[in-house]
Amino acid sequence: MGYQPVKFYQTGSFVVGNRLLEAQDRTVQADMKRTNSLTLGHRACQGCGEALGARYAIDAAMRATDGKVIAANATGCLEVFTTPFPETSWQIPWIHSLFGNVAAVGTGIAAAMKVKGRTDIRVVAQAGDGGTVDIGFGVLSGMFERNDDVLFICYDNEAYMNTGVQRSGATPPAAKTSTTEAVGAHPGADFGKGKNLPLIAMAHEIPYVATATVAELHDLEYKVEKAMSFRGARYLHVLVPCPLGWGSAPSDTIRLSRLAKESGLFPVFEAEYGEVTGSSKIRSQVPVEEYLRPQRRYQHLFRPSANTEVIAQLQAIADKNIRRFDLLDTQSQSTSGNSLADQEALQTR
Amino acid sequence: MDKPYAITLEVGTSRSNKTGSWRVERPVYLDRLPPCNQECPAGENIQGWLYHAEEGNYQEAWQVLMADNPMPAVMGRVCYHTCETVCNRAQLDVAVGINSVERFLGDIALEKGWKPRQLAKETNKNVLVIGAGPSGLSAAYHLRLAGHKVTIYEAGPMPGGMMRFGIPSYRLPRNILEAEVDRIIGMGVEIRYNKKVDDLSTVVNSKEFDAVFLAIGAEVGRRAYIPAGDSTHILDAVTFLRSMEGEELPKIGRKVVIYGGGNTAMDAARTAKRLGATDAVVVYRRTRDKMPAHDFEVEEALEEGIQMRWLSTIKHAGPGKLVIEKMELDDTGFPQPTGEFEELESDSLILALGQEVDLSLVENLPSIEVQDGVVQVGPNMMTGQSGVFAGGDMVPSERTVTRAIGHGKRAARYIDAFLRGDELVEPAKHEVASYDKIHTWYYTDAPQTVRPKLDIVRRQSSFDEVVLGLDEDNALFEARRCLSCGNCFECDNCYGVCPDNAVIKLGPGQRYQFDYDYCKGCGICVEECPCGAIKMEPETI
Ligand SMILES: Cc1cc2nc3c(=O)[nH]c(=O)nc-3n(C[C@H](O)[C@H](O)[C@H](O)COP(=O)(O)OP(=O)(O)OC[C@H]3O[C@@H](n4cnc5c(N)ncnc54)[C@H](O)[C@@H]3O)c2cc1C
Ligand SMILES: Cc1ncc(C[n+]2csc(CCOP(=O)(O)OP(=O)(O)O)c2C)c(N)n1
Ligand code: SF4
Ligand SMILES: [Mg+2]
Repeated sequence: MGYQPVKFYQTGSFVVGNRLLEAQDRTVQADMKRTNSLTLGHRACQGCGEALGARYAIDAAMRATDGKVIAANATGCLEVFTTPFPETSWQIPWIHSLFGNVAAVGTGIAAAMKVKGRTDIRVVAQAGDGGTVDIGFGVLSGMFERNDDVLFICYDNEAYMNTGVQRSGATPPAAKTSTTEAVGAHPGADFGKGKNLPLIAMAHEIPYVATATVAELHDLEYKVEKAMSFRGARYLHVLVPCPLGWGSAPSDTIRLSRLAKESGLFPVFEAEYGEVTGSSKIRSQVPVEEYLRPQRRYQHLFRPSANTEVIAQLQAIADKNIRRFDLLDTQSQSTSGNSLADQEALQTR
Repeated sequence: MDKPYAITLEVGTSRSNKTGSWRVERPVYLDRLPPCNQECPAGENIQGWLYHAEEGNYQEAWQVLMADNPMPAVMGRVCYHTCETVCNRAQLDVAVGINSVERFLGDIALEKGWKPRQLAKETNKNVLVIGAGPSGLSAAYHLRLAGHKVTIYEAGPMPGGMMRFGIPSYRLPRNILEAEVDRIIGMGVEIRYNKKVDDLSTVVNSKEFDAVFLAIGAEVGRRAYIPAGDSTHILDAVTFLRSMEGEELPKIGRKVVIYGGGNTAMDAARTAKRLGATDAVVVYRRTRDKMPAHDFEVEEALEEGIQMRWLSTIKHAGPGKLVIEKMELDDTGFPQPTGEFEELESDSLILALGQEVDLSLVENLPSIEVQDGVVQVGPNMMTGQSGVFAGGDMVPSERTVTRAIGHGKRAARYIDAFLRGDELVEPAKHEVASYDKIHTWYYTDAPQTVRPKLDIVRRQSSFDEVVLGLDEDNALFEARRCLSCGNCFECDNCYGVCPDNAVIKLGPGQRYQFDYDYCKGCGICVEECPCGAIKMEPETI
């Protein structure tokens, strides 16, 4: 974890603001003058995690760059719900590309800025998981390989939501989508298929790769800021629950993000030049069931009776993540606040 | 549209799309009633004053506290703090040390000489308060705040009632009591000492006062018939404790037996021990868990070497010794004699069997109803006699300083309304912020690392006065453990988590507002509010 955890200011590190903290220790989102890159009137569904994740990330990028961001956007919900002609919700320079080429558009903008001698202006390319791991994969890999000076943000809602919840390469096993119906001997998406883009990005040995969720805002903002401290290709993968596609309550968007991380199904980590440098630890581990049960896309795992075998397979995935990314180890957390000196510091502040 | 090259859309144009029309439920901010506030017999806004203490604004915290209770330093020492029993944080780890923060605030206010807020304009109404115990003093304070002229008639030579003549000084140092009482008197309250009211009807008939508040306490020690020889030294606990405040300390000998199982028995026993008794033995007819004394008081007494004889009654008191009969509990839990006797050496026997109210002063006022030895009052604290109110130990209720102070406040508010010819309508109580309304995730990411240190401080502060410099850190820390149940504390969560930017942050101290033109009613703010200060309501269509 790279940010300083807030230890005992009535609430801990997980609230957005906190009046007891100095302004600079609060999140960007707590600021009355935050950019609101994505403003009022957008047409995302109630409780859309993608709308939230995009404002979190781009507002943080705006703060990190003194407001000098150009964003390119692939087709997908984020593009469609923000810019139905002739309206736009974006309050930053923003360009829509195509479904599959946003990384290349980002590369082009960065090249143009370089030619103009305006490398102070930073480029963000953003897409849904379909636009990232499937149709946009080739150009993205090229952007990584050339180490172009672009931050690519994938808002992963684990399917093609904008066109009616079709499976993508990021759809998790057993999840029901409109192309992986809950029928037959192996209902939902297959096990053993799909790709892990953060790991693929790491394999390109680019300067910075990180994952985040909308449940841990300090962490997400820290990662955007960190990404902006590098030049070259950077990749941020944000899990964004989709009430429509997941069949979850709109009010549960943050809760589900939290459970995804606390169960180990979605590992939150960061890596530099191909090596994992840190992971956000699980605070109170929950069985995957707790994450799965509130989502209609996994309903077939619990009805008419619990499919313990498949649930165990999903648990095994979580357990593997926990081992692989060291998600339960608290010892290695340099800023976990266990030392007495830390406590003294906090009490006298 | 005429736009520069490559710019096609106007910034902020999506605002014309009022997504609020999608909503079927709307979030609304509300203040729920924190369990501590609900519990407090003095009606303190505990969460409210902790809120300011959390910021280190102790003076404002103290002022908020003083709006309900004029004696924080006394409270911080003698209150039985039932608030901590119901504190939601207790279910999370350990209750907030409300009482210790209150004491800190009370002490710092005395040290810095803070004064209560401005009084209201003088009303030229005269109110008589009878009795300068906590209830009478509290009423006097609140009546003065409201601008009324207050006179107290006090039978004794000093103010404080049972706070002075009952509660031993090792629990309530007299300088603290005096300082807080002086502050009340300093507001312009006139006290006449050694002025016992024997017949209330003469006061009422004199029409000298526009209203009267009766708060004479329950100061007559209850006696039990115990066959005794002439030379046996028997006295009641109240008399015994009161004599501690006199010139000459009471002589009780080396072996002292205290009869009774309440807090007064504990105080009497511990006082006897401090007077030099080698043996201080409490005799109680039932078992320990049935003792009315608070557990911590029994515990402290045992620690100090007080002996306990449970399941025993006193049959006879002879010179130098008592005869005790052993009891056993029957099926219904009542003690029954066993016929087994035992002797117990004793120089003095102190009876701590409860107190009664001396009701002789209301005998000539038949409109004042007396039942079970206490004066009956309505919800407005008024007796059957118009304009005569009563509170504290002399009315039906639990007998504590805190309750007495609460009665004083309540009565003062109704007396104020009575004097103005108004009807006092008490605002409806907010719904309670029960534990299920608390989102514990947001509070728990550090307490383990801090708890050991806290425990040490708690242990120290329960015995000694804590050094102020050190105490400030701990008080601040303890205040910040408050979850602010049901009341917004401006954590910005709702402002941050709204996917639709539909929460307007109004700035420090101003809280937030919903922008219903755009709120889609997803309910994330309600789900993620740490303290339960937002709820969903169906949209009326
Ligand atoms: C030993 C002991 C320990 C206690 N410890 C605690 C404790 O730790 N915490 C707690 O919350 N409670 C405690 N209590 C209970 C608490 O002290 C009482 O409930 C509280 O003091 C009652 O307040 P009051 O104002 O009703 O009456 P009192 O405190 O009894 O005051 C009544 C006043 O009226 C005066 N008076 C009486 N008759 C007349 C008259 N006719 N004319 C004029 N003046 C009159 C008296 O002199 C007295 O000053 C204790 C009680 C005792 C006996
Ligand atoms: C070349 C091309 N093929 C198909 C589409 C239709 N289309 C638009 S958005 C979308 C899915 C987007 O999914 P994802 O990238 O995951 O974004 P989400 O909507 O889930 O946020 C598809 C298939 C298109 N616009 N262009
Ligand atoms: S379909 Fe899902 S991703 Fe798209 S706007 Fe609705 S909630 Fe957001
Ligand atoms: Mg998607």
